[in-house]
Parts: sequence; C-alpha cells; structure tokens
Amino acid sequence: MAVEHVPPAEAGGHATSTGLDNVKIAMWAFLGSEFLLFGAMISTYLLYRNRAVTGPKPADVYDIPFTSVSSFVLLMSSLTMVLALAAIQRGDHHKTRVWLLATALLGMTFISGQIYEFTIFVQEGFTVRSSPAGSAFFVLTSFHGAHVTIGILMLLSLVAMSLRGALPQSRHTTVEYVGLYWHFVDIIWIIIFTVIYLVPS
Amino acid sequence: MTTASVAQRSSAFARPTAKTGVWSWMTTVDHKRIGIMYGVTAMVFFVLGGVEALLIRLQLATPEGQVLSADQYNQLFTMHGITMIFLVVMPLGAAFFNYMMPIMLGARDVAFPRLNAFSYWAFLGGGIFMYSSFFINQAPDGGWFGYAPLSVKLPGHGMTVYALGLIILGISSTVAAVNFLTTIVNMRAPGMSLMRMPVFVWMTFVVQFLLVFALPVLTVALFQLLFDRTLGTQFFGDSTSNPILWQHLFWLFGHPEVYILILPAMGIVSEILPVFSKKPLFGYPVVVFSGIAIGFMGWGVWAHHMFAVGLGPVANTAFALSTMFIAVPTGVKIFNWIGTLWGGSIRFKTPMLFSLGFIAMFIIGGLSGVTHAIVPHDYQQTDTYYIVAHFHYVLFGGAIFGLFAGIYYWWPKITGKLLDERVGRLHFWLMLIGFNLTFAPFHILGLQGMARRTYQYPKNYGFDFWNLVSTVGAFVIALSILTFFWNVIKTRKRGETAGADPWDGRTLEWTIPSPPPEYNFAEIPVVHALDDFWHRKYVEDKEGRLVPVPAGAQEAAGHATEGYGGDDHGIHMPSQSYMPLIAAIGLPIVGWGITFEQYWLAIVGGVVTFAGLYAWALEPSTEELH
Repeated sequence: MAVEHVPPAEAGGHATSTGLDNVKIAMWAFLGSEFLLFGAMISTYLLYRNRAVTGPKPADVYDIPFTSVSSFVLLMSSLTMVLALAAIQRGDHHKTRVWLLATALLGMTFISGQIYEFTIFVQEGFTVRSSPAGSAFFVLTSFHGAHVTIGILMLLSLVAMSLRGALPQSRHTTVEYVGLYWHFVDIIWIIIFTVIYLVPS
Repeated sequence: MTTASVAQRSSAFARPTAKTGVWSWMTTVDHKRIGIMYGVTAMVFFVLGGVEALLIRLQLATPEGQVLSADQYNQLFTMHGITMIFLVVMPLGAAFFNYMMPIMLGARDVAFPRLNAFSYWAFLGGGIFMYSSFFINQAPDGGWFGYAPLSVKLPGHGMTVYALGLIILGISSTVAAVNFLTTIVNMRAPGMSLMRMPVFVWMTFVVQFLLVFALPVLTVALFQLLFDRTLGTQFFGDSTSNPILWQHLFWLFGHPEVYILILPAMGIVSEILPVFSKKPLFGYPVVVFSGIAIGFMGWGVWAHHMFAVGLGPVANTAFALSTMFIAVPTGVKIFNWIGTLWGGSIRFKTPMLFSLGFIAMFIIGGLSGVTHAIVPHDYQQTDTYYIVAHFHYVLFGGAIFGLFAGIYYWWPKITGKLLDERVGRLHFWLMLIGFNLTFAPFHILGLQGMARRTYQYPKNYGFDFWNLVSTVGAFVIALSILTFFWNVIKTRKRGETAGADPWDGRTLEWTIPSPPPEYNFAEIPVVHALDDFWHRKYVEDKEGRLVPVPAGAQEAAGHATEGYGGDDHGIHMPSQSYMPLIAAIGLPIVGWGITFEQYWLAIVGGVVTFAGLYAWALEPSTEELH
C-alpha cells in the first residue's frame, strides 16, 4: 500500500502488531460491546411490546410515515460523515467543517423528531410508566437518542478543533473514528426502526 | 509561575511531574503502578469481605443465632458476594493483567495508559460508593444476583446503590477490557505471534472478550432495575411484566462472569506448573484452545442457574447437556496440568503449593458442579448449602488459591524481594485446612436441606455440628490470611533479594530487573519461540535431558540474565495526568445524587466527569520534555 504509515501516538511511536492504529481496534471492540447493549434492550422490547393491559399499545400510537422521514434524515447523515472524512483526507478544511456541521445538523433534526414523537406519545397516554411495553420502548429509543447526542457533541468538538486549526490533515484518523461511531449509531437505528416500527406485532 | 504557565499554555493546569509521593500515585499512568494499586485495593476489600463472612459464620455457628438481625444478615451476605466477586477476584485478576500482561508481551505499556488509570479510579470509586451505603445502614440487601421483582420492591436505598455501583464497576471493567484487548492484539513484541503468547496472556485475552460482550447485558438489566426504582418504569413491577426477564439477563452475564473469575487463575497456574516442574506446559495449544472453547461455551449455559424456575423440560434438557459439555474443556485443562507435572523435577515452593491446591480444590468444585447439571439432582440442591459449597470450591478453592499462587510467584518481580518460604508454607496449609473445614461441611448441610440466605436455623434439625465446624474453619482461613500479611511485613525490609530470575522462569518478565524500570525493556525483545527465554537458557542433549547453555553463549544469545533492562536510552514514556482521576471522581458523585434524588448533585458529578474527559481528550498523551 502506498499509504504512508504514521505510527500511532498512543503506542509510543512504535509499530503495532497488526499495522492498525490502537484507537481503531479499541473502537471496534467498544462498538462490539455496544451491539450487546442494544441487543439486550431490543430483546426486552420484543418480549414486552404486547404487554399493556391498560393504556395504548405501541402499535396504536406509532406514526410510521413520520418516523420513516426522520430515519431517512439520520441515514443521510452517514453520507455527509463519509464526505467529511473524504474532505479532510484530501486536506480541504473548509469542506470538512461544512460536512461535519451538516452531519451534526442532520443528527439534531433526528433528535428533534424524537422529542416531538415522544411528546405526542405521552399525550396519547403511552408513557414510560404506562406499561412494560412503554418502558421498553422509551428506554431503548432514548438510549439510542443519547448515543446520537454524544455523537453530535463529538462532531461539534471536531468542528471547533478544526476552526482552531487543531485538526490538521495528518489527524484525519480522528474524524474516521468519530465516523465509525456515527455509522454504528445509524446501523443500530436501522435495526431498531425495523424491529419497532416495521415488524408487525 | 509565569514561565511555567507559558510553557504549559496548552493545558488547563500544569501536568504533574512528581515521581514519588502520593500525587505520583494519584496521577500515574504506568501499568505497573496501576497494577499494584489494583492489587492493594482488592486486598483491602478482601479483608472487608472476609470480615463480613466471619460475621455471617458467627451468626450461623449455633442454632437460632443472635449475633445479627435479619436485616443485617441480608446486607452482609449481599455485600459479601458483591465484594468477593466484583471488588476482590475481578480486580485481583486485573492487577496481574495490568502488571504482568504487557511485560509478558514484550511491551512498554498498555495501549491506552490514561484509560488504564481511569479504569482503576472508576473501580475504586465504585467500591467506595457501594461501601458508603453502610454508613446509612442501607447496604444492598437483595443478594448479589439482585433478583427482580424483589429487588425493585425492597425499601431503602440499598438496591439503588447496588444498581448504580455495579454500573460504575461495569464502566471500569469495560474500558479496561477494551484497553487490554487492544494491547494484546496490537502491542506484541516482534515475533510474539498469537501461538507464542504465554498461556496467562491467552486466558487474559479470553477474559477480555467475555467482559466486552457480557457486561453490557448486565448493564441493561441494571438500568432497568434502576429505572424501575427511580423513574417508575414497569420492567419488573407490573402485573404484565415478565418475572424472569431479570434472571435471563443477569445469568446471560452471570455465567460468562464465572469464567471471567476463574480463567485468570487457570492462566496463572498454567505459568507456574511448567516453571516448578522444569518442563514445558503439556499440550500448550490444547490448553489455549480449551480456554477459547470455555469462552464460547460459557454463553450457552446461563439457564442452568434457572432449572427450578420452570422453563420446561426441553429448555432444562438443553441446558443440562450444554452444562455437561462445558466440563469437557475444563477437564482437558486439568489433564494438561497433570501431564505437565508427570515426570517433571518438581520443586514444592509456595507458588507451586498454591497451584496444586488450586487443581485439587477446583476438581472438587468442578465435580459438584456437574452434579447440578443433572436436573432432578438440581431440584434437590437448588438454594441449599450444597450450591454454596460448590461455588466456594470453584471461586475460593479455584480462583483465590490460583491468585495467591500468582501473588507468591510474581511477588519477587514486583517488589524485588522474595516472600518467606516457611511462612508461605504455613499460610498455604492453614488456608487449605481452613478452607476445607469451612466449605466441605456445606455439602452435607445442603444435602440435609439447610437453605441458603436464611439468617437462622432451628434446633434439632441436625445442622448444629457441621455449622460449628464450618465457623471454626472460617477463623482458620482468617488466621491464614493474617500469616500472609505477616509475611509481607516481615520480608518488606529483611526479605531475600530476588534478582531478575529467581524461579528459573520461562517468560519475558524474568528477563528484566526486579522491580522493572518504568519503561520495562530498554530494548524491545525479539521473540523466536514459545518460552523464548527458556530456550536461551537451556538446550537438550542427545538423551533429551536439559543442559544449561554455557554462560558465554548465553550472553551472545541476548543477555539471558541481565536481560533487556539495561540503560535508559532516553526512552520517553507517557506523561502523568490528573484527568483520569478527575473523570472518575464524577461517577460516584452521580451515583449519590441519583440515590438520594438530589439531582443537582448528579449534574455536578456529570459535569466533573465530562470536564475531565474533555480535558483528557485535548491533552497530549506525552508531554514534550523541556
């Protein structure tokens, strides 16, 4: 490969056994762990989605067209994330900031949609306390929302670093790792969206 | 002052540089110091957990005991379990992962030194948070397994503290596991292929996989419990919620956890037996693969903790079979250990005694485990002292004996002084006798029907004699632990100096001075074979006998005894940092805030953690030298 190998700073400048950066391996291990976290919550949801004696069941309150749109918005953010990484790799700092900011804005749009949706559900009587189904739904989706929010904070931090000149082309891997996390959050949402909204109960 | 602030303009305040004193320990990122801190902290918790056990045994020494109230008893047996599992055996394993694993790989440090420090402080914070509940007399009282819906409904703050404390400890373990995984995958010395790694490193590797994948499942269950108790969610409390969801999630974590606890001890023993038998480990690849097999199969047996729940005959049969199968790789390991001893020239030093004790006790514990796999038997044994006997034989007779073997084995490397052999022997025999006096009678009591977790038993049930024997045994164990501390104090000043290689070792840690310099290896070693160091010291003659390599050849082969720990060639190690400590301090503050519903306090804790993490991300890992 013609790509120049930069020894990772965390490895004390030494070559690594696999040739991959330590942070990349750690990020993959961490995301593997996160899959199990969401896996357990999704299992709980599948077990509980029909458990509501009083109050509405999940299927009664879902607005699938609305959530489809906000899911589309979130998935598009993976595209802008890829564009941000491509931009920093060729050293275009202006485009890097534009695409990072776009990714963050798409993420915020998704979160706003989630807050709106939650408000409507609560008004219709489907709450975190109303039934096991409600508990499972809100805990699963708000854990995902928390992950998106952390991702948005990381993206905005990258923008701030870039504006201060602290994100040179040589640190493109930092954008890559935030991107890995961001794509993971998107992939998990595809699973959650399918399981919650699309699979008939 | 002004010059300093100019030089350090990049960070909020000056990087710590002290090499001695309290602050040097508080801000260290050296894997060896962090390992020592893990070990010392775990020993303090071991004493606390032991005192709890002694109180439990005093209460049960006689029928209708009056030493404790029922509430106190519930808190003590819960905290004893949590302490021994999460605050003693896991962190003692982590102490060795921290100290030894990087050296055995030929690395200078772990992959993420500051993350490593954060793991330790989060562990300490979680432990202090758990124990702070004793001050309000509301320690967790729902068992270490915290079965919901009971744990949702228990009054007081105990089970909230349990959920939050385990979440904090889970954060600590998860980031440590990610760190160690990366270290093993990526930081091996040149030539250290996976099949040249010492078995201890291999078992560490398997444990990290188990931690990374098992802990999130527990975390989800703990959040569900926490939200049920604080936010009014209905995961366990509603009439339509599933009463055994908790058990499934808990044991899906809890059974891999059993292997998280025992695999480090298996790794330690696999290092010690070859050294004190002067033979290579019998069937190294088989030991490695059976360890991996245990790692995989450990996931398929969780419901054997739930035979009596009523899952139905199909599920019970499946889990009975998988439970019997998992005894196979474990049995394979035992044969490998015995094969290692076979025909070896055995030296009965203290580490070896503890290793042999481990094998013997672990076999008993393993066999009684297989008896639970027979479902009709299990119906009889469930929730009796027979189960208590089984898991103490595995976790004390197994894990704790193995860990003490490791302590005696690596003590000279860590401190530069040998522990006293005679006191060590006394410690071993007292512990072995005390252990069997305490826990062997539990088999009988359990089969007679004495139930677990009840704070009194009636007269004339035939329980009196064996309970008294067990209590006496518990105090013999306590005495044996005191002999260990006596040994430590006695040899601290006057102990025999160890030198680099006191046991005639086989792995890389014995090539560097005792205690090792901060940078471990002045030159990164190049590895040519499994047990590379051994092959630099010994060759086989025509009859297959071991012959030491002549001294001159030894030097040519790479300073066998002087080792790689020569001059500091201006090696630049990661700088000390305040940030891991600051980030970790926030976690128990969040915990207290949520427990007492003082949400401003939780927000303060969150801000402290967040600020620490942010400053950490912006601070370079290695400060330029000025």
